[in-house]
Amino acid sequence: MIEAKYPVREKKNYLNAEHGLMSWLLTKDHKRIAILYLYAVTFFFVIGGLFAALIRLELATPAGDLLDSNTYNKVFTMHGVIMIFFFLIPSIPAILGNFLIPLMIGAKDLAFPRINLISWYIYMVGGLIGTFVVCTGGVDTGWTFYTPFSSSYSNGYVVLTALAAFINGFSSILTGLNFIVTVHRMRAPGLTWFRLPLFVWAHYATSAVMILGTPVIAVTLFLLMLERGLHIGFFDPAYGGDPVLFQHLFWFYSHPAVYIMILPSMGVISEVISTFSSKKPFGYTFIAFSSVAIAVFGFLVWGHHLFVSSQSAYAGMVFSVLSYIVAIPSAVKIFNWLATMYKGNIRLETPMLYAIGFMGLFTIGGLTGLFLAAMGMDVHLTDTYFVVAHFHYVMVGGAVTGYLAGLHFWWPKMTGRMYPQGWSKVSAIMVFTGFNLTFFPQFLLGYMGMPRRYHVYPPEFAVLNVLSSAGASLLGIGFLIPGIYFIWSLKYGKLAGANPWGATGLEWQTASPPPTENFAITPVVTHEAYDYSTVVHEEEVVHVG
Amino acid sequence: MDNETLMLEHEQDEHYGLQHHFENQEQQKDASTIGMWTFLLTEIMFFGGLFLAYFIYRQWYPAAFAAASNNTDLWLGAANTTVLICSSLTMAMGVHAAALGKRTMLVLFLVLTLMLGGIFLGVKAYEYHDKWVKHEIPGAHFECRDEKGAPCADEQHTQLFFSLYFGMTGLHASHMIIGFGILLVLIVQSWQGKFTSGWHTPIEMFGLYWHFVDIVWIFLFPLLYLIDRSGRGLH
Amino acid sequence: MMEAKSFQLFPEQASTIAAHVDGLYAFLVLVSAFFSLLIAFLVVWFAVKYRQRPDSPAVPAHADDHSAGAMVLEIVWTVIPLGLSMIMFAWGVSIYFTESRPPADSMEIYVTGKQWMWKIQHMEGAREINELHIPIDRDIKLTMTSEDVIHDFYVPAFRTKADVLPGRYTTEWFKPTKVGEYHIFCAEYCGTKHSGMIGTVYVMSQNDYNEWLAHGSGEGSMAEQGQALFNQLGCGNCHPSVINNQNGRCPNLVGLFGTRVELKDGTNVRADESYIRESVLYPESKIVAGYDNIMPTFKGLISEEGMLKLVEYIKSLRTKNGTMSTATPLPVQTGATPQTPTKAGAMKTAARPAGAVPAPAAPQGTR
Repeated sequence: MIEAKYPVREKKNYLNAEHGLMSWLLTKDHKRIAILYLYAVTFFFVIGGLFAALIRLELATPAGDLLDSNTYNKVFTMHGVIMIFFFLIPSIPAILGNFLIPLMIGAKDLAFPRINLISWYIYMVGGLIGTFVVCTGGVDTGWTFYTPFSSSYSNGYVVLTALAAFINGFSSILTGLNFIVTVHRMRAPGLTWFRLPLFVWAHYATSAVMILGTPVIAVTLFLLMLERGLHIGFFDPAYGGDPVLFQHLFWFYSHPAVYIMILPSMGVISEVISTFSSKKPFGYTFIAFSSVAIAVFGFLVWGHHLFVSSQSAYAGMVFSVLSYIVAIPSAVKIFNWLATMYKGNIRLETPMLYAIGFMGLFTIGGLTGLFLAAMGMDVHLTDTYFVVAHFHYVMVGGAVTGYLAGLHFWWPKMTGRMYPQGWSKVSAIMVFTGFNLTFFPQFLLGYMGMPRRYHVYPPEFAVLNVLSSAGASLLGIGFLIPGIYFIWSLKYGKLAGANPWGATGLEWQTASPPPTENFAITPVVTHEAYDYSTVVHEEEVVHVG
Repeated sequence: MDNETLMLEHEQDEHYGLQHHFENQEQQKDASTIGMWTFLLTEIMFFGGLFLAYFIYRQWYPAAFAAASNNTDLWLGAANTTVLICSSLTMAMGVHAAALGKRTMLVLFLVLTLMLGGIFLGVKAYEYHDKWVKHEIPGAHFECRDEKGAPCADEQHTQLFFSLYFGMTGLHASHMIIGFGILLVLIVQSWQGKFTSGWHTPIEMFGLYWHFVDIVWIFLFPLLYLIDRSGRGLH
Repeated sequence: MMEAKSFQLFPEQASTIAAHVDGLYAFLVLVSAFFSLLIAFLVVWFAVKYRQRPDSPAVPAHADDHSAGAMVLEIVWTVIPLGLSMIMFAWGVSIYFTESRPPADSMEIYVTGKQWMWKIQHMEGAREINELHIPIDRDIKLTMTSEDVIHDFYVPAFRTKADVLPGRYTTEWFKPTKVGEYHIFCAEYCGTKHSGMIGTVYVMSQNDYNEWLAHGSGEGSMAEQGQALFNQLGCGNCHPSVINNQNGRCPNLVGLFGTRVELKDGTNVRADESYIRESVLYPESKIVAGYDNIMPTFKGLISEEGMLKLVEYIKSLRTKNGTMSTATPLPVQTGATPQTPTKAGAMKTAARPAGAVPAPAAPQGTR
């Protein structure tokens, strides 16, 4: 048996304040709820990842030799549904947002702790239904549920899957509602809006998108369930409906949804780059407002998913120009982060490695979005692997990389433990390399004309597909390793002090892990955000007795 | 200790009803208010999708929609509208009574609101039953017939109107049923003297919710019952 | 079938628009490569140059910068991307507008998609499954519909695609510039055999195409088959299709196609393919001014392919000369004769009566 290298921490914190399963399942502590989400979200990430592995295994050869067509179609559908609704949308807000926002603003908890707990239960119900669907035969409509295939032709569990996503949406809405009220009303004395960490700004903007967009997908899925159950013709021309109306309603939420997935990640990157450059973010105000601009403009571009759907060319023009406009604030962020690094004191710790990776990968992802925003270019590229590559660059290279950066950055705060640095840096590099190898060839495949959601493909696409599948193996391992060392660190990791990274922010001024009430006395903020001259860099503290 | 005494004691206690993570009552009240308004905003978006679908299909199939709309009962709809507006009035009076610390008046007005809400739901149930009898419920048993009993011209889009009718009024009714349940709880709590003039936030917040449900109906009624009343119905 | 191609990075440029699309692509790639490399380079350079050393001050000297220079930077790196974006936008719009406006004298071909095959009908009557034979250097316009779910007709070599929807017609046009064989892919997920719903475009010289057409199905042109359907369904009992034969009950169809029709509710609508289809399937939705709502629906009595034939027939009535009256029976075919494609679907040697199953024009596509 390996003995713990350091004496066991005795100081009371939120983890050891109460014991027993019920103290967790009935908790009102935002930090414990964040941990509950961490377990659940990680579970779904693993399931979604297994489906991804199956996809890449099948696509390593042109023929359909691993799975039959129906199974393959279910696999890619479930991969999308699980990754989007059960992993990406909740990940940073429900885990890091829930844990950190009250700490960052000097509050004891979120505005509505019981609603926070209910949101986790709602997520679990949606997740259970989704898991049930996976185990009993799945659904094969694609995560986009286009009608009339989903309403009248599919043989899968369309209604149940739609129900799972529908229920899950309410978890999202409640989380967003909680964040908005909290940021408005529970900031510590002296903490004005423009002294808030950029992570908070990012989550505020995200919450606005969550509360305004999610109800629309809820009602769309509700109509889809009615149609499938009762054969009413909202969206099926055979019953008098319009399939393109479904697409409009669906994308009205699902496009802003991608900003729900990326904005929190950008908030993480702002914090990480600032900390590991020991410098206030350059253009703080611009970064803050760019989050708001992305949230607003993000609601106005959904029609760029419909350029070839028979949407009018004039409507298309409006959506195209707005899609370019929504890209500009993201570019502004990238340049401001670069300027933050300029003449800073840069330390290449693991979170910083992920943040740097984010900058490269999100840049490519964002720029390839510009290809798709050009209508004439989109006609050739839409529904091909170019789109698949684009969205994986922004969602995995962007959102997931930011999520990993955040996990690695705040892990010592959340658990009081540090993870092994060597392994963490190695896996960061593996993720970056594996990711590029997996998805860059897909841009080329897309321009060549390989459509997406194809189970079998012509042999001339084979070489690029093999490269992609090889990269996926590396990426998978890169994701697996942190799972191992994070768990390892809980028992054997070095004990972390209150501020091991030398970061600014109120969360670093309380113990690691924090006590249940977060702060012994409510802090009073007297200086501007990111004031590195006042930081106390507390690497590690060992408490005995 | 009787309820009146309890209420008076709570009047003096500025921490009464204050949850531990809030600094003071004002912060808690603000948080609840912003929270409820934000929630109502999400409800607008929720109903909005249905309204959008209604507007688009009405634009495309005006004849079918007009004919089907004539089949709703104008007088029952108008009566329901009046009932619901009155219930908003009684709810507002209830909030006022709570602010003045008048327990009996509060309970009275909440009960009146409950009764009016109950009348609304009862009329709705009657309308739905009527539609069931006339085979106007979308689905397998839907039959579309004109005055002479012949199949109507555009069955699919007539059925679509009724789908939207049931979807929108059904969603509205389910919001009312939830409100009904919460109102019952509030009545019991008010009777027990839980609310003081210093703290009666749940009453106020519920009032906001109830008014919102009323406003949704005020939009639903003209759209579903009043438009294109040309006198030519389906039956 | 198409022979397996060796590893490529670009599809062939086989249409007039392909070069334009590739031009925009090249610009986008250049701009993206420039900015990606610039940002990557700067990130790495800064990480190295400004790395924390033992002698670095705890807080860098430039920890606070709120200079006017900062504002200039913000403006510069907002305006330049905005400017480049607007170029991309305008360029993309220009290509798209060209793609969405088929030239007036385009050769028309009809496509019906269904799970999981493409059924193609040439005006002259030739039918194909999963194959599209077309002549080079002609504007080709596809009018497409689906019998079930949404599909998408995608030809990478032409750089065009368009969704194929049930319940309505969508169009796509291109002008092939290179003889050869090119992939057709279904590009909207449609169920089990979505990835099997593929085919081949055969671009041929005009002569080869005429020869191919001559060996097409011997059923007669689409317009002729449409006329047979017109008779079979009894449309002629009400609708005059001979000029000057006015029937008070129903609108005259001669010269109708392409004109503006005044409707009973005061609006007017263009009599295009969709109008014809809607009038046959949902007659109550657009009543012509001066007429009553007495037309019965033909829903369930006519397939999508049959509908396209009817549409072609009505299109053929555009000319003032009209056609034979509905009373004249169709002559029986004696043998296939080569014919050049024309737009006036007038007297042609007819085929076997409509409804007969044609021999498949080509073998089935690959799975």
